[in-house]
Amino acid sequence: MSDPTKEWPLWEVYIRSKQGLEHKHCGSLHASDAQQALRMARDVYTRRLEGVSIWVVPSAAITASAPGSKDSYFEPAADKIYRHPTFYVLPDEVGHM
Amino acid sequence: MARTTPSSGSIPSPAFASGPGSAASAPDPDSASAPVEYLLRLADSPLVLSHRLSEWCGHGPVLEEDLALANIALDLLGQARLLYQHAATLEGEGASEDRYAYFRGVSGYRNFTMLELPNSGVASAGATDGDYAFTIVRNALYSAWAIELWQRLSDSTDPQLAAIAAKSLKEARYHFEHAADWLVRFGDGTEESHRRAQRALDALLPYSNEWFVADAVDRDAAATGVGADCEAMREAWLARLQPVVDEATLRWPAESAFLSTGKQGLHSEHLDYLLTEMQSVARAHPEASW
Repeated sequence: MSDPTKEWPLWEVYIRSKQGLEHKHCGSLHASDAQQALRMARDVYTRRLEGVSIWVVPSAAITASAPGSKDSYFEPAADKIYRHPTFYVLPDEVGHM
Repeated sequence: MARTTPSSGSIPSPAFASGPGSAASAPDPDSASAPVEYLLRLADSPLVLSHRLSEWCGHGPVLEEDLALANIALDLLGQARLLYQHAATLEGEGASEDRYAYFRGVSGYRNFTMLELPNSGVASAGATDGDYAFTIVRNALYSAWAIELWQRLSDSTDPQLAAIAAKSLKEARYHFEHAADWLVRFGDGTEESHRRAQRALDALLPYSNEWFVADAVDRDAAATGVGADCEAMREAWLARLQPVVDEATLRWPAESAFLSTGKQGLHSEHLDYLLTEMQSVARAHPEASW
């Protein structure tokens, strides 16, 4: 950190709420290391009792699909309505599923 | 100043214990009520530090720290409010948290002098910008002290004070973690950050002497089991700070004979400006509610 104007790396923050089973992404922040990112996540994202557990992940560690590949990645699924189990007739005895 | 005072160090009569607020609870032979003067000492320090920290709001070095300081300021404000409410109940007639906060002048305030010093630091007279090292060192010194205080007051014979202490202790622990983390980063950081952290420590440490020198108010409160023995807190306070200061590669300043007198109501020139700003709205609209 010899250059004081150098930006701190970005971290993605995941919070598990009291009732929640899984950590959910809730935002991102800048911090110089993981411990500081945790503390800052506490201060920035849990002020209203949002959670009981925090994960921070370097944003650089996330590999994301490119916005440009949206068409080839996701559109082919649009006309495959048979993948939704909506064509089965459920007997009344089964009730709510 | 119309309030009861202090210099005699006398404890308000036991009649206070059966004031309006405590009517519901059955008298417990082992429980007592803290003297109002002692409670105001406990309350004024977090209020004044809270105000200093709130001055960083919108001016923090980074967004995340801006929020962290505002959080700490709100914790301290909450502590002060609970203590004022307790004091107001004990004092009775006409007393309220707003009257304590907004309608006492400088000499009525009982906060430690260190906490009223401007964020720019005492070493850089004339500077108006906040020095973050000064804020961090002050928070480290004060929160380490507050941990010792609230730990002891969790066993206060005043049950209300004990409950406030138990709540405040958790907050103080986080405040110390926050300050200690930055203190190490500053001290063991760049040449400039080390220089500023050391300068802040040198300037602030003499102001901590006041915290550990008991006067009649402190002694009376401690003797009845309501308050803490502030002189006995020094060793534990040092033990908590020393490893952090060492890790930060900072030098612990030499002992100083300087003794500030904020807790007796004799303040530096800075408190007047702070109160003027803090109280201006409430004094311009004395009956307003919002």
